Amino acid sequence: MAHAGTVDHVDAEPEEAEAQRVATEARDRVRFEEDALALSDQVYRVARHLAGSREEAEDLVQETYARAFRSWRQFTPGTNLRAWLLRILTNLNIDRGRRQQRAPQMTPLETNDYYLYDKLAATGDGDVADEERVVERLSQDDIVSALSAVPHDFRDVLVLVDLGDFSYADAAQILDIPVGTVMSRLHRGRRILKRELAESALEETT
Amino acid sequence: MKDPCAHCEEMMQPYLDRILTDEEMARAEAHLAECELCRRRYKFEESLRVYVRKTVVEPMPAELRLKLASLRIPLE
Repeated sequence: MAHAGTVDHVDAEPEEAEAQRVATEARDRVRFEEDALALSDQVYRVARHLAGSREEAEDLVQETYARAFRSWRQFTPGTNLRAWLLRILTNLNIDRGRRQQRAPQMTPLETNDYYLYDKLAATGDGDVADEERVVERLSQDDIVSALSAVPHDFRDVLVLVDLGDFSYADAAQILDIPVGTVMSRLHRGRRILKRELAESALEETT
Repeated sequence: MKDPCAHCEEMMQPYLDRILTDEEMARAEAHLAECELCRRRYKFEESLRVYVRKTVVEPMPAELRLKLASLRIPLE
């Protein structure tokens, strides 16, 4: 039998086989580390808005990579490494004192999906014909602070899907929630973001 | 009379996320072709998503990149 023959060979040369195994593992680990580091820009981009501040984001990304490098054997080659790293990161972020925030509030939201556009269109000086121009009335500060005002459970989904380009399925896996929950939180998160943006945009014009 | 825009709000997110069925998609496209208000609102939403993405991106600090590389486990 071919299998038995292989085993005999390994028994015959145990040291050589062990050296071979160590070399293969070292090569796999180096490749893993390089692949993970190549994704660090994308990981930081998501982390920056999952965490409350730039400093927290930097800490989180470092902890994530330290943990990933230690437990690289748990990663299945050929699966989505970016999602695997983000799963470590969101778990670390939750461990950092967000545990108490379990069930997100689902009180009715008084604003609808058109709220921000309707507000901006109503306060414009007649250039509402160009929707891209209307958007540009929002400053970077408005957007960053509106995003940080979205409660964590909704923001996690919003950031993963709308900023990180993760699919609903990936976001569900990363956050360990059903796809249907991803969709409802995403929809709500987007509405809250628009309500926050409408508030800051209106403050500036009045 | 039936309001032609009764379902437009709930269709907007799935439309922009491209998760509508072919039939729903065709119906949405047909409505958007003739309803200027919905067209503007949808266009605004799409522009907003692009703008938010573009606006909030901060480049990764250079020192962080170095720190991450230093976390690699050295070969024995």
